[in-house]
Amino acid sequence: MSKEQEKGMSLIVKVITPFTVGLILLYGIYIVLHGHISPGGGFAGGVIIALSFVHLMLAYGKEVALKKLPRKTISFFESTGALLFLSIALIGFSGGYFFLNFISKGEKFRLFSAGIIPFCNIAISLKVGAGLFAIFIALVLLKFEWEKKE
Amino acid sequence: MIELYILLVLMIVGAIVAIELKDLLSAVISTGAVGLVLSIVFLIIKAPDLAITQIVVEMLCFIILLRAILKKDLPFSKTDSWLFNTFVAAGFIAMFLFVAVKAFKDLPEFGYPIMRVANIYLKEGLAKTGASNLVSSIILDFRAYDTLGEATILFTAVIGVLTIVRRIGRKKKDEIVEEDDE
Amino acid sequence: MIIYLLCLMLFCCGLYCILVKRNIIKIILGITIAEYAVNLFFILVAYRMEGRAPILSSEVEIVNMVDPLPQALVLTSIVIGLATTTMLVAIAMRIYEKYGTFDITKIKELKG
Repeated sequence: MSKEQEKGMSLIVKVITPFTVGLILLYGIYIVLHGHISPGGGFAGGVIIALSFVHLMLAYGKEVALKKLPRKTISFFESTGALLFLSIALIGFSGGYFFLNFISKGEKFRLFSAGIIPFCNIAISLKVGAGLFAIFIALVLLKFEWEKKE
Repeated sequence: MIELYILLVLMIVGAIVAIELKDLLSAVISTGAVGLVLSIVFLIIKAPDLAITQIVVEMLCFIILLRAILKKDLPFSKTDSWLFNTFVAAGFIAMFLFVAVKAFKDLPEFGYPIMRVANIYLKEGLAKTGASNLVSSIILDFRAYDTLGEATILFTAVIGVLTIVRRIGRKKKDEIVEEDDE
Repeated sequence: MIIYLLCLMLFCCGLYCILVKRNIIKIILGITIAEYAVNLFFILVAYRMEGRAPILSSEVEIVNMVDPLPQALVLTSIVIGLATTTMLVAIAMRIYEKYGTFDITKIKELKG
């Protein structure tokens, strides 16, 4: 029974999934980028991006998902997100104080306004998304290990 | 405001159902329902950021809980000494309720908060940061230290989970250790 | 005031579940319900009658908004709650692997 589970779900789900995975990923990126204009922000967008990869893994089984996003890449993205956030904060240090908003504010209500806030949103979304997907992969792999032993 | 009361009563009913059911799968689904109603309550309270975050986080939590309980059910057997435990817990909760009701009398009335710091954020948020979403401007410009702390907590949680599920360390010294879930 | 008491009743349901139940997964569900109640309480304190969501718009001038500060704090609290729940689930799965049961009274008896 665990071999069927590894292969994924039924045929209907496998046909629909290529369309919905792309839509969910695009929706997550939209919520992250518009975090300073409409509700959302880095955390919600990051979780949605992680959910799109989880959807891919639930439909096809873990081998296909791990081929799309191998483990080294997941840890690379998570560390990049954290270091990017810290470096944006430290660059503000040179101007005055920690987390100084050094990029120009721009006009209101446009996509390229509000200083460092869009970059911080992108960094946080990378970190949260990659971290939560790594947790999910680790828990699922542990489960399959001890099911095979029984 | 009547819909707020109805939704809160629905949440309490859902929580009681989740506690008392013997089947684990139904209990997890009931907790998922409580989270969904909470997201709707956040929308009615005019907090759209939180509604989006709550519903997607609750979906992920639900998936992880389901993965943990698949194929394991709950053989439940009560012994007699557990009745004493229930009475002590009920007594403790009654005392906690009594003290909390006394403390709630000092809160401002529902709907009229004291917004001493938040008034400054509301007036000067757009001019000082340039962001129209004031909650984003608070978490990423006025109070960015808290966000840095939260990013650290998430990182620590990921490292913690990956350490708990590792397989290395359970083999003897002369066996060849193979990493099958690195 | 009644609405604060309803929120407190939800927290007490979660607390009862943590104290009395014997299955680890039920304890984790109790912790989740208590967490929902605490986040809800913060946002209920921050509500203003006839207030609007704290997002400015370019066409209309909005005068009274709800309090945005507790919303910023609860946003991070929700994601942190997810992280701690996943750690609890990982520990619970390891305990099942070692002892073969989720019952906390049996875990105390088997040594090793």
